[in-house]
Amino acid sequence: MSEILLMKGNEALAEAALRAGCQGYFGYPITPQSEVLEYLSQHGEERRMTVLQAESELAAINMIYGAAGAGARVMTSSSSPGISLMQEGLSYIACAELPCLLVNINRGGPGLGTIQPSQGDYFQAVKGGGHGDYKLLVLAPATVQEMADMVFEGFDLADKYRNPVMILADGALGQMMEKVSFRDYDPSKRIEHPWATTGKNGREERNIITSLHIKSEQMEKINQHLQKKYCEMQEHEVRFQEVQTEDAEYLLVAYGLCARIAHKTVQLAREKGIKAGLLRPISLFPFPTNEIHKLAKKVNSVLTVEMNAGQMYEDVRLAVNGQVPVEFYGRMGGIIPSPEEVLERLEKMVAPQSVKMKEETV
Amino acid sequence: MSTNAGIEQELNINVEDMDIVYERPDTLTDTRMHYCPGCSHGVVHRILMEVVQELGIQDKTIGVAPVGCSVFAYSYLDIDMQEAAHGRASAAATGIKRVLPDRIVFSYQGDGDLAAIGTAETIHTANRGEKILVVFINNAIYGMTGGQMAPTTLDGMKTSTSPFGRNPDHVGHPLKITDLIAMLPGAYYVTRVAVNNPRNVRVAKKAITKSIQYQMDGKGLCFVEVVSNCPSGWKMTPVEANKWLEENMFPIYPLGDLKVPSDDK
Repeated sequence: MSEILLMKGNEALAEAALRAGCQGYFGYPITPQSEVLEYLSQHGEERRMTVLQAESELAAINMIYGAAGAGARVMTSSSSPGISLMQEGLSYIACAELPCLLVNINRGGPGLGTIQPSQGDYFQAVKGGGHGDYKLLVLAPATVQEMADMVFEGFDLADKYRNPVMILADGALGQMMEKVSFRDYDPSKRIEHPWATTGKNGREERNIITSLHIKSEQMEKINQHLQKKYCEMQEHEVRFQEVQTEDAEYLLVAYGLCARIAHKTVQLAREKGIKAGLLRPISLFPFPTNEIHKLAKKVNSVLTVEMNAGQMYEDVRLAVNGQVPVEFYGRMGGIIPSPEEVLERLEKMVAPQSVKMKEETV
Repeated sequence: MSTNAGIEQELNINVEDMDIVYERPDTLTDTRMHYCPGCSHGVVHRILMEVVQELGIQDKTIGVAPVGCSVFAYSYLDIDMQEAAHGRASAAATGIKRVLPDRIVFSYQGDGDLAAIGTAETIHTANRGEKILVVFINNAIYGMTGGQMAPTTLDGMKTSTSPFGRNPDHVGHPLKITDLIAMLPGAYYVTRVAVNNPRNVRVAKKAITKSIQYQMDGKGLCFVEVVSNCPSGWKMTPVEANKWLEENMFPIYPLGDLKVPSDDK
């Protein structure tokens, strides 16, 4: 590990990419994540990373396609509207099974929206986003330290599964400064990629990177292969954190920035004698479905807290599967909920009239 | 020999007694192409791969195929290939070249891909002076989707989406994107060729050879437009299509160099 530094989330992402053996970064400026491109433009060349400001996010994601297909460890980052523009490319990348790392510093939408933090891109990130049946492996950091760590982890997971990996953070995490230290990385340990188009270079068979499989039977086989891969991710890559769930009667589920707020709510609730606990999904796909299902057996009800209109809420309800009521508290448009207002919502669940409140969710 | 037996019988000849005057280069796979009779694609594939063979760069060349009739180009070219999203071939080629600068990289794109949906990528790839070759097949029509209007469709030309002829008041005039490319400082060598007769095939092959040699020397973007036919899309026989090409396409898209390196003048 490196010494401890004080860094902005976006800069920590960029520095982590430099240290994690990233060979190419292709991106386009957008608030609130432009510091990634700025930092890499400043430091990339001297540290042997190709850094290119593309003419659009469309071009950037297709540069990623080309460079990842050529076997390089590559990354792009953007924020919500820019990530929307990348969806076509991501669908191609997922089908062609190209490892790469994407970062979405989520801002408020829909449309041009706001530059303030949001979790409104959860559906887009975890349900595919572009056309066809595919999944990104999605990691959700809650601290600047995790943003840095997930760059290393994300690159390795992308290689392991030949799948695009997304770090889904938000504008607050991108902009806030916290202490961070960086792991060591040995580029010689990177797994081989004999499938890459590097020039035949003595190979008998040429390598082809494509997402075109015109025969239905072949396309179905590709789909089955992808689905099998997603099942393997579900089996091996679920990441989550539990806070005071052992004796919890009320379970909060929140990720990213909201998990930090919900953590504080758990403390405030405990001070008032309410036995609250928190489950923080760290991987959003694969989702900790089984863990939430098991915890739901032990609690009176579940409260999902998000900075959106209730997106992960649907996955939590699927996980709970009707065992106990699942309620939702969310703020939208770039507004961050306070621990106190989440507590207020929780207290309504604890009160006897809680059944009625279900109808009043946002 | 079995594939030749019918021909041998029909023509009353024995292939083994004949001199070989025309061979498939090793850089093309032994695969029957899906292109329509008379289409320019097959000829351009062939000369491109002849150059790759002659320059001895099969092991270090990476091509990018577009979406369009040449979407399956990787089935025929025996080199490492990527198939890019519609319009994004030059962005994918940029990504490849930037992480593997010592390889030879080309994109192969049609008019819809390069000059409509991919216009931004095309212009900016050229403007950055990416050290790649862009082969631009301009046949003034969308072939693969069945003959719709292209950005390069001629004024008055009938297609399935301009059934009364291209009306410039409605959709503008044909986009001469190669002329635009030639204006950009990043473009090193820009030329317009055709493969409608043996002489033009030789000129086209020379342009591709020069482009790859420039790339090997680390020069900027080389852009070769091939003014092409589309007998099926134009609803003509191959002979009629080549005649129509000369009479109608060449006046709008005149053959010749648009930009030559200053040290070559």
